[in-house]
Amino acid sequence: MQNYETILEQIYVLLDPLVEEGIGIQERSDFVADLGFDSLKVMKFLERVEDHYDISIPLNILPDIQTVKDFVSQLQRIIGT
Amino acid sequence: MSLFDKLQTITTARQKLADRGITSNVVMEKVLSSTEAIINGRRMILAGTNNYMGLTFDSECIAAAVHAAEKLGTGTTGSRMANGTYSGHVQLEHELADFYGYTYGVVFSTGYIANLGMLSALTGPGDVLMIDADSHASIYDGCRLSGAEIIRFRHNDPGDLEKRLKRLGDRSPNTLIVVEGIYSMLGDRAPLADIAKLKEKYGAFLLVDEAHSLGVLGEKGRGLSEEAGVEDRVDFIVGTFSKSLGAIGGFCVSNHPELELVRFASRPFMFTASSSPSVIASTRATLKIINTRPELRRKLWDNAQKLYQHLQTLGFQLGPEPSPVVAVRVTNIDNAVALWKGLLKLGVYVNLVTPPATPDGGCLLRCSVSAGHSTEQIEQIGSAFAALRETCKVTETVCSRSS
Repeated sequence: MQNYETILEQIYVLLDPLVEEGIGIQERSDFVADLGFDSLKVMKFLERVEDHYDISIPLNILPDIQTVKDFVSQLQRIIGT
Repeated sequence: MSLFDKLQTITTARQKLADRGITSNVVMEKVLSSTEAIINGRRMILAGTNNYMGLTFDSECIAAAVHAAEKLGTGTTGSRMANGTYSGHVQLEHELADFYGYTYGVVFSTGYIANLGMLSALTGPGDVLMIDADSHASIYDGCRLSGAEIIRFRHNDPGDLEKRLKRLGDRSPNTLIVVEGIYSMLGDRAPLADIAKLKEKYGAFLLVDEAHSLGVLGEKGRGLSEEAGVEDRVDFIVGTFSKSLGAIGGFCVSNHPELELVRFASRPFMFTASSSPSVIASTRATLKIINTRPELRRKLWDNAQKLYQHLQTLGFQLGPEPSPVVAVRVTNIDNAVALWKGLLKLGVYVNLVTPPATPDGGCLLRCSVSAGHSTEQIEQIGSAFAALRETCKVTETVCSRSS
């Protein structure tokens, strides 16, 4: 199983093109409040992650995700299964 | 955090529209026919009502509704499980099944409820719902109600669907693939023949929502499943009465006897009042007309092709293929609102659709064409767009090519 830090670094890379210039991405960044994501952008981001890891991410996990940290934790679980 | 804080984003979005002069829904002050109404005190061509067959004022359908109201009352006042199943509901279920050539049919109170009811009854925890990314809200909401794992595949992309089916491994027999015949926003069809092949290859089930394709596609008007020649491979067809059938309600037909169990397993079926007798009666009358008058479908497609070609010639960016949903794509919301308001001033009502209800984050001026539109009305709709192309100074952003 990949460790949390490795996944986090990769998520920063995958998020970067979707975040407006000048907005910093951090582990505690809230997708909506800090990164300015709407539902369309969330879906675009999920597709980038799915392609990179060759996985399908169930939409059911979304209600539990607010921050980058939440997402990486869920992703680590999905990759590990 | 208060109870109402989460509504703030809606307040903000509404304010943005209010700043552009849009404060409430359009009100149809008087409906004159299937294609005309009075809005803001003026006569308007209706080009955004999903009234594909244009039968809402058909005399036979109205007479059937009036007769049913007089004989059976205004409403059933009960659920299908209790006192709300009249003989008309049962007959309509048989007629729908016959129309599609399937064995079983169930009628729901709305199209939205049909999707909620079917998806939540067919799947549950441990199952997988594999849905097209551009699915209607009723499909997303049905998925949530089901408790199944929800996986979306890229819109109209069988390659992406197959990749995801492969990843499921031995879970594919517990998977329901959900697609739509015609997608409501851009008017494009699902690549159903390819999707049906994948469903067979991986042993999954397939549900097709024909809400916008019933009456519209196929020689007999049965929808994309008929047009694509895959009716024998589609497990469940869901549809609505609120578009081509000109009323309100929903249904599912299938050859699986398990459809009958939905009556006892589907909370959206069981715990809502059934359709009123007049609605059932007019729907039955309209279904007969769709079945027997193919010229309506020809007229619809003639109108759709004409409008699509006219707007394409004007240089507007449109949905990917001609269909009765002709969607004009506009990147900038100010231009979209200006165009929409300009159309109203010129006597044409279309749907203004803004993100996040649109598939790609842009705005849409969504026209829906009807068999009821006269050739002159279709020309007037096109001319209104043409006039605004000149006057709104939005050609740089809304047009795909310069004139």
